[in-house]
Amino acid sequence: MNLEVILAAGIATGTVLLFATLGEILTERSGVINLGVEGLMFVGALAGFRVGLDAGPWVGLLAAMGAGALLALLHAIVCIRFQADQIVSGLALTFLGLGVALVLGDGLAGTASPQALVPTITIPILSDIPFVGPVLFTDQSALAYLGYLLVPVTAFWITRTRPGLHLRAVGEAPSGADALGISVAGVRYRYTCLGGALAGLAGATISLAVTPGWYAGQTTSGLGWIAVGLVIFARWDPWRAIVGAYLIAVIRRLTLDLQGPPELFGFPNPFFTYQPSTFFLNMLPYLMVILVLVLGSRSARRTGGGAPAALGIPFVRGERGR
Amino acid sequence: MTAGTGTHRHWLPIGIRAERRLETPRWLPIATLAIGLLVALLISGALIALIGGDPFLVFRHILNASFGSLGVLSDTLVKATPLIFTGLACAVAFRMRLWNIGAEGQLFLGAWGASAVVLVPLLPPGVSPFVVIPVMIVAGVVAGALWGGIAGWLKARFGVNEIITTLMLNYIAIQWVRFWVFGPWSEGGFQLSEQFPREAWLPRLTDFAKAIPDFAGLTIHLGFLIAIACACLVWLWLARTRTGYEIRLIGDNPRAAHYAGIDIGRMVILVMLVSGGLAGLAGMSEVSGSVHRLQDGFSPGYGFTGVIIAYLARFNPFGVIVAAIAFGGLILAGREIQPAGIPSMIQGIVLFCVICSDVLLRYRVRLVRR
Repeated sequence: MNLEVILAAGIATGTVLLFATLGEILTERSGVINLGVEGLMFVGALAGFRVGLDAGPWVGLLAAMGAGALLALLHAIVCIRFQADQIVSGLALTFLGLGVALVLGDGLAGTASPQALVPTITIPILSDIPFVGPVLFTDQSALAYLGYLLVPVTAFWITRTRPGLHLRAVGEAPSGADALGISVAGVRYRYTCLGGALAGLAGATISLAVTPGWYAGQTTSGLGWIAVGLVIFARWDPWRAIVGAYLIAVIRRLTLDLQGPPELFGFPNPFFTYQPSTFFLNMLPYLMVILVLVLGSRSARRTGGGAPAALGIPFVRGERGR
Repeated sequence: MTAGTGTHRHWLPIGIRAERRLETPRWLPIATLAIGLLVALLISGALIALIGGDPFLVFRHILNASFGSLGVLSDTLVKATPLIFTGLACAVAFRMRLWNIGAEGQLFLGAWGASAVVLVPLLPPGVSPFVVIPVMIVAGVVAGALWGGIAGWLKARFGVNEIITTLMLNYIAIQWVRFWVFGPWSEGGFQLSEQFPREAWLPRLTDFAKAIPDFAGLTIHLGFLIAIACACLVWLWLARTRTGYEIRLIGDNPRAAHYAGIDIGRMVILVMLVSGGLAGLAGMSEVSGSVHRLQDGFSPGYGFTGVIIAYLARFNPFGVIVAAIAFGGLILAGREIQPAGIPSMIQGIVLFCVICSDVLLRYRVRLVRR
């Protein structure tokens, strides 16, 4: 077990969680909950893989984002125009995304060809920094670097730009935003689709970089749902999202590494000698999500949790929230 | 479709106007549900045609393979049985706007608890079924209820979002069952336990074929009757008791419920216990009535389909029975439909159409002349 290897692998999977979490943060900041991230990731993973086979990874990634945005648009129409229950619509989106991906991916199962993979990059000078270099800047896929960039960009966008101000206004006080001439529905449509595009990108990150290929129902293994949980842990803040995403991903990786060695700290390794006990290791990432939410709950209660005030409430002009 | 104004289509001589409804007639929810289902059928059919299938053939196949004869009808009801339980589990929680998405995990725990009675074994072998079955039921309900109760307690005590916890607990429950069927209870290294002894089987109609020959091959089991009984009990509980009234009040107006002095935290835990217990019963009846052993992946997502069923039924326990039978047929027929994603796709479309049709409950849609 090499700590640098584990952390580097954690960064790779963490990028998946990071994209999905950032997308959901943007969507929820506008006041729309989208629980369908898992379904969007399925569709993104399939679209990226399928298109990537023919047209190369970059077109594949674009296709995944387009597919994610398209499906999220459906959620937006249902939630904004029809003012339907956002929770249930998100669940429907999960079913639909999984179903559509399985139907279109029928008979495709298998690993990706090498030319369909997103290339890995080593940054010349930064990779020489001890410890940090090998973890963050050596042989990471181009998408991992996109993840590093996307966090400050998203944070800056939300807190320091005019469109970001509009986004927050729509999520916190839609009536006020409406009175100022901001189109509440327009902003919500835009950020729901943007969130969907990022969820699609997260899916394609799985199928084109992390575990290349299409593995039908096993492709996302709950990462989309974990991302929804991470949004709450992150308190809708991109900087906290990166911490949560990498933390959970490193733990996922660690559970694989713990199964290898015959001895742990001088004792016989129970996960090596008795195979079924590894199922307890598989529980760890999901337990960690619950744990971080419980640990964060006290400070979350003090600060109101950071949830946008109008989260999940359809906006109807002249009406206070239903 | 904003209130009062409506969309204007000037290229048409008539326009569509949506007006806010002040009251909803009693027949309206059923009418909008029918409209939603019809639209879902049309969209599903169009999609099937789009990927190169014949929608009429697929739908006829689903009908024949699920309701075409007494034999398949019995199989449909077998599939519907766990769905009634999980649908009730979701309906109870959703009525309070408590989003228990963890029926799948609670079902696995219920199945595990019931199996433990036979496989540990908690009872000496050869005990009468009149003892074994009730003990299995209690074990399944308790295991499922505790699993649901964890999420309820976390919500009441720490304010942790129940959607996330119940979902995470699903994954943990599936791994937990895997540990037992791959490990201590594995039969010959396969991912399943040994078959339960006959006294741990819920009686099936086919078991009485000696007395009534027509029952031969009908696998519908006692679990179905238990499910119907549970639906009646849940209806009584929600509609006719003080606790049920409090649940409905919290669901409709949590603030009013709080000011009325209802301890919402306590109700959250109680409802999660009941909801988990019902889902646990689904697992118990499935392993004892149908699978007759504990094995990995014995549920094709019954817990998740329960969400849709509860919503289709508008949280009405009797509606749950009807919706569960319909979806039982879809799951039964869906096993033979390729590609495998079609049932999941149809479920998503149905749910979308039904929640969209709800807009007709709130708005009156009128055609107006320009």
